[in-house]
Amino acid sequence: MKFKAMTAVVALAISAPLVFAGGADDDTLAIDGEEMISKTAAPAHMEETGIDTIISGWHFREDDTQSMQTDSFDNPGMIFVDQAMDMWSTVEGEAGESCASCHGDVSTFEGLTTKMPKVNEDGELVVMEDIINNCRTERMQADAWKWSGNDMQSMVALIGNQSLGMPMDVAIDGPAAEYWKQGKEMYYTRYGQLELSCANCHEQNYGNYIRADHLSQGQINGFPTYRLKQAKLISKHNRFRGCIRDTRAETFAEGSDEFRALELYVASRGNGLSVETPAVRQ
Amino acid sequence: MKLTGISAAVVLCATAAIANPIAPGEVQYDEYGAVAASLSGSEGDAANGAKIMVNRGKGNCVACHAVTALNEAPFHGEVGPSLDGVGSYRSEEELRGIVANAKKMFEGTVMPAFYKTSGSIRPGDGYTGKAAEEEDLMPILSAQEIEDVVAFLLTLQDS
Ligand code: HEC
Ligand code: HEC
Ligand code: HEC
Repeated sequence: MKFKAMTAVVALAISAPLVFAGGADDDTLAIDGEEMISKTAAPAHMEETGIDTIISGWHFREDDTQSMQTDSFDNPGMIFVDQAMDMWSTVEGEAGESCASCHGDVSTFEGLTTKMPKVNEDGELVVMEDIINNCRTERMQADAWKWSGNDMQSMVALIGNQSLGMPMDVAIDGPAAEYWKQGKEMYYTRYGQLELSCANCHEQNYGNYIRADHLSQGQINGFPTYRLKQAKLISKHNRFRGCIRDTRAETFAEGSDEFRALELYVASRGNGLSVETPAVRQ
Repeated sequence: MKLTGISAAVVLCATAAIANPIAPGEVQYDEYGAVAASLSGSEGDAANGAKIMVNRGKGNCVACHAVTALNEAPFHGEVGPSLDGVGSYRSEEELRGIVANAKKMFEGTVMPAFYKTSGSIRPGDGYTGKAAEEEDLMPILSAQEIEDVVAFLLTLQDS
């Protein structure tokens, strides 16, 4: 009897640090002194998921990575935002226009990212990359930018940064409802030979380590994110593509309708979290 | 006389079929998800099993499981339970079934099936992100590799 109790205590002592190693940390994220909403009540549509608090990916990163995001001068992603600021007023294409010549100051896009993706007048679901390329090809008569290329993601980051701190608030009803349902179905589909869904990792196992990776909720409120490993901005669709590829699956293309729908659904799981663009990741 | 000759031939055929590796689609799981017979027809090599368990392109079991005996390989995950001592409370047959297709024992589990080539959605050509034809799909581990892993798991006894 006594022996058994002892073993139980020992077992507890050994497993306890593991339990504490997992999970989100309790730090507070402030960027340039402004506090972000990096943890908040889950939106109503997530009731059935068992997640009651949605958490920014920032809370799952190491301290040194975290600290780079708290000051715009230390955030290496801001270099790309500055580059996009230069592009903003650069004339390109046959029409002889720049973004600035039609839109004036980029700050007019404050709040736009919190509503993206959204359904346009034609009933199509569009993401920021679509809108930017539409202006480039139709209105500037310039070449389309590559989806995950530097130019495109820098511009997406510049526009996103105008909403820094504002809570995500994408619409999931009305004309968006069909797309949202499609995205949700994808989120729970167990793709590939490993038969793993987004939910298997980011809903059932956030806070746990998978090999060396600390699993987060897979939120996109910080995208495009600056990845230290790649020293560049990473698009949402590039991240989705990688996560599906890693299940030994045939993945989807960046800019595909499937990823637009998935982006809407994933964005809606972050409704209430501050935009953190550009967030910093390892 | 003649009859006996025929049954002998049948028995011979049957033995030959068992000796070959059992194809992923032919594995017999009992109602608890255990598999009685060696998939390769041969015994497992525990030392090779240990290598497979830490190899990212093979079992990569430590991505999800902590295994003290494999602590030399860094970064053990915590998605699944620790496998320390699993050889003392699981039989060889259960372990073979779990590694081949854990979903037979743990319905809906996150643990991938390592000896299964059909029924997955958009199977890829390894980790390339490109499509694979289902008929070209290889199991993640071969029959012998499954046996090697099972042999290693059986060495994980309560200390
Ligand atoms: C020739 C004028 C013109 C140019 C040049 C132009 N746009 Fe636009 N843009 C528009 C018009 C018109 C709309 C649609 C009306 C609106 O929503 O403001 C629009 C819409 C947008 C929107 C969506 C606004 C919303 O609320 O949905 C974004 C974002 C945008 N443009 C970004 C850019 C960027 C970035 C560039 C430069 C690469 C650019 N635009 C260049 C005219 C232009
Ligand atoms: C096998 C587990 C696994 C699966 C399945 C998976 N992911 Fe991930 N994902 C990861 C890991 C590991 C990371 C890096 C650590 C982290 O942020 O969680 C990650 C990161 C992400 C991120 C970046 C989060 C951030 O804050 O930087 C997003 C977004 C994401 N995943 C979305 C998805 C989506 C959508 C799916 C389904 C199509 C998916 N993931 C499927 C393991 C997985
Ligand atoms: C993606 C994560 C993942 C991977 C990779 C994985 N497992 Fe598992 N494994 C699990 C989970 C989760 C369970 C718990 C079963 C359940 O869902 O209830 C489990 C259960 C087990 C069990 C049963 C333990 C017990 O207490 O009965 C064994 C044995 C096992 N795994 C061995 C392996 C081996 C060997 C490998 C590599 C060939 C492996 N696992 C790879 C997630 C994983």
